[in-house]
Amino acid sequence: MTSLSTLPTPTAGRPQPRWALLKRLNFSTWLGMVIVTVLVLCAIFAPLITSYNPNDQNIILYLSPPSAENLLGTDQFGRDVLSRLLYGARYSLTIGFLAIVVALIIGSLIGMIAGYVGNRTDIILMQIMDVVLAFPSLILGLALVALMGATLTNIVIAIAFTAIPAFARIARAGVITQRDREYVQACHAMGFSDTRILLRHILPAILPEIMVMASLWMATAVRTEASLAFIGLGLAPPTPTWGGMVREGFDNILSSFHLALYPSFAILLLVLALNLIGDGLRDAIDPRLKDAS
Amino acid sequence: MTDRPVLEVRDLSVSFAKKQVVHGMNFDISPGKTLALVGESGSGKSVTSLAIMRLLPENIATAQGSIKLGGRDLLKLSEAEMRRVRGGQVSMIFQEPMTSLNPVQTVGTQLAEVIRIHRGLRGQELREAVLEMLRKVRIPDPEERIKQFPHTFSGGMRQRVMIAMALACNPQVIIADEPTTALDVTVQAQTLDLLKELQRETGTAVLFITHDMGVVAEIADDVLVMRHGRVLEHGSVHEVFGNPRDPYTRSLIAAAPSLAGKLQINTVPAEPVGDLPIQIADEPILEVRNLAVRFPVHGGLLGRVKGAVHAVEDVSFSIGKGETLGLVGESGSGKSTIGKAIINLAPVHGGEIKVCGQTIDYKDPRSLAQMRRQAQMIFQDPFGSLDARQTIGSAIIEPMHVHGIETGRAAIQRMEWLMERVGLDPNRATSLPHEFSGGQRQRICIARALAMAPKLIIADEAVSALDVAIKGQIIELMIDLQKEFGVSYLFISHDMAAVERICDRVAVMYFGEIVEIGPRDEVIGRPGHAYTQRLLSAIPITHPNMRETRQHRAADTAPPRSPMKPVGYAAPAASWGRASEGHFIRQTN
Repeated sequence: MTSLSTLPTPTAGRPQPRWALLKRLNFSTWLGMVIVTVLVLCAIFAPLITSYNPNDQNIILYLSPPSAENLLGTDQFGRDVLSRLLYGARYSLTIGFLAIVVALIIGSLIGMIAGYVGNRTDIILMQIMDVVLAFPSLILGLALVALMGATLTNIVIAIAFTAIPAFARIARAGVITQRDREYVQACHAMGFSDTRILLRHILPAILPEIMVMASLWMATAVRTEASLAFIGLGLAPPTPTWGGMVREGFDNILSSFHLALYPSFAILLLVLALNLIGDGLRDAIDPRLKDAS
Repeated sequence: MTDRPVLEVRDLSVSFAKKQVVHGMNFDISPGKTLALVGESGSGKSVTSLAIMRLLPENIATAQGSIKLGGRDLLKLSEAEMRRVRGGQVSMIFQEPMTSLNPVQTVGTQLAEVIRIHRGLRGQELREAVLEMLRKVRIPDPEERIKQFPHTFSGGMRQRVMIAMALACNPQVIIADEPTTALDVTVQAQTLDLLKELQRETGTAVLFITHDMGVVAEIADDVLVMRHGRVLEHGSVHEVFGNPRDPYTRSLIAAAPSLAGKLQINTVPAEPVGDLPIQIADEPILEVRNLAVRFPVHGGLLGRVKGAVHAVEDVSFSIGKGETLGLVGESGSGKSTIGKAIINLAPVHGGEIKVCGQTIDYKDPRSLAQMRRQAQMIFQDPFGSLDARQTIGSAIIEPMHVHGIETGRAAIQRMEWLMERVGLDPNRATSLPHEFSGGQRQRICIARALAMAPKLIIADEAVSALDVAIKGQIIELMIDLQKEFGVSYLFISHDMAAVERICDRVAVMYFGEIVEIGPRDEVIGRPGHAYTQRLLSAIPITHPNMRETRQHRAADTAPPRSPMKPVGYAAPAASWGRASEGHFIRQTN
């Protein structure tokens, strides 16, 4: 018998190794990643960057313009705006990240079960998802927070709840395209359990799409969190949140517009960066989508 | 050949970016002649045909040389002139009749469009021309058929429509790119006959692209063998078959089935025996009794069960230790469904399946787990049946872990040993499937199936997707492994050459039933059932000299039976006849 290892291996059309994905990312994706990284570092090392406690009031310095001591000035209670921004990043990032992790796990699970089991289970689960999806996420989040109270956990749950259907849909669509592939049949034929097939074989195939969804929805989550805080359903003052800072800055918008401007800009920057990452990842994973849009 | 060639190709080279894929091709085709372009996948035969049609993507592909059609060089024409050539003077028939017709337009509209564009006919005249073309390709009831959509046509009928479209404007050259590869052999035979007949009537030159030497022997006047973008051999069909110079051509010719095509029709009447005796070998590995597989069909407002597709009906057979049973038949005959039913990928409706003497209870997980250790499956598509994200070592180890056969170090050792057994380098265990060729992947699938030390391997078209040379190697490997491990095979295939090579016994399936079963040489050499005879006589001949001597093909006279039956339908009991020792033929009722 001839040894096949001597035969040439095909080189054309072979998928690239995983790290090759990084090479295909365009400039704006990298820019988005740099911005997010910088913001994360700022949030983590906030105490090292500023010496002010974000909640320390100093009535003497109230509403002072930017100066050497307070780089971005102070608010109506004389609190340092820069340190409030830096500490506020912690809440925006944490809530955005946790909400998406929760939504990703629950939503993907629901979608995978619906797509894999099919039939009635599929119809019932996806109908529920459609009902949730029918509400604008801000209104749904507002209702949930108003109902449960504005604690960190509740805000995370509320935002996660609004994002679940998006993940359920994309996971379901992914599972349906994989479910009838021959390799899945081969797994059945070898007697693998459904859980094993779903988690070990199908999940890795659909994970890239889910991750794209996650980065795009994290931007939405940050926005929703800021909006909730802006309308007064965020974390209770004096906790520094970006949405809350915009709201407080609004009271003095005519005399000190910088108070509302800086946190607005911070929100914009984070949302933009997350969207850049999401778009870039999507283009890199499936170049066809880029041409379509 | 007194005629001036209609198509002259000189020094044709095609490159994609910097990579040259076709090197200096030269050939002529005269009116009314057929040139067969033969080669395995990736040999450059389809690229050549696309270069003639100027259908290669212009931004990356460059064609050099000259392609003269009636004296005009196609490579120098403008795109607008080329559009008139395409479909008008050169037309093309593609491989997939299922996808090359537009599903949302009626067949008549699509055919009319071609005729209108190239011949400028309108109204009643156009309609007449369409009907005439459909009559020409022998489509019954053309007046009714032009109003219908492609999905109501069978594969063979669609390919006839494609031929009608290709012929509609009296082209000088037809390029047929594997036009019969996707068809069943009996349909392939009819399509080839039709093509030959039409060619005689119209005097069209045909460039016939194929990988099947049997088809070449049937239809070609001249042959051009290609490999890796180079011409290996070029000559008349009698020269090439009679005196092949290149070893590659010789291996292609040798790969054709040898028994088939020389069959004798069994005239001795079979001795009636009533029920089919299931042969019980000394040690039966698989016994199937009265197996039925049905898929319910729902309909109506409430989705009630209206009937069922009877995919497999009353099928019985057995396989002994170390034996190979071939299950042959055309697409839709239920042969794959039997394999799937055995390993619980299709619902068993009735009957009994015993593996290693134990009846399998498909509702009992323990019984299923036990069956899965003993019966494994190899699938058709070696690209699709491996998880693209799992290293092959892990793919071979996983079933051992799941069934608790080996763990840890022992499992890795067994995996490496298996890889060696199937002819792969164990050092490549950490590679992903895409780093392997089709044949190597099929070896990985075989190693994975062997990981559980099964007694039975169900090979569902396991070699059908492979190139001829690789196919031979995989069959040899399967035979070697059978000798070494004493494993039995249920070899499901429509490929007679492969069946002939590996099987001890053969069962022929027709519309969900076995119509004939017996030792290989008996069934293939002296077929008793009318369908088996039709199936075998449709297999392409192996040498052009046999064109005159082969029997006239019996056309399929019986209308196709619908496998869909109402609720409560019971199949009439079959009676069987015995032709010789172990060779049984179903008596047509």
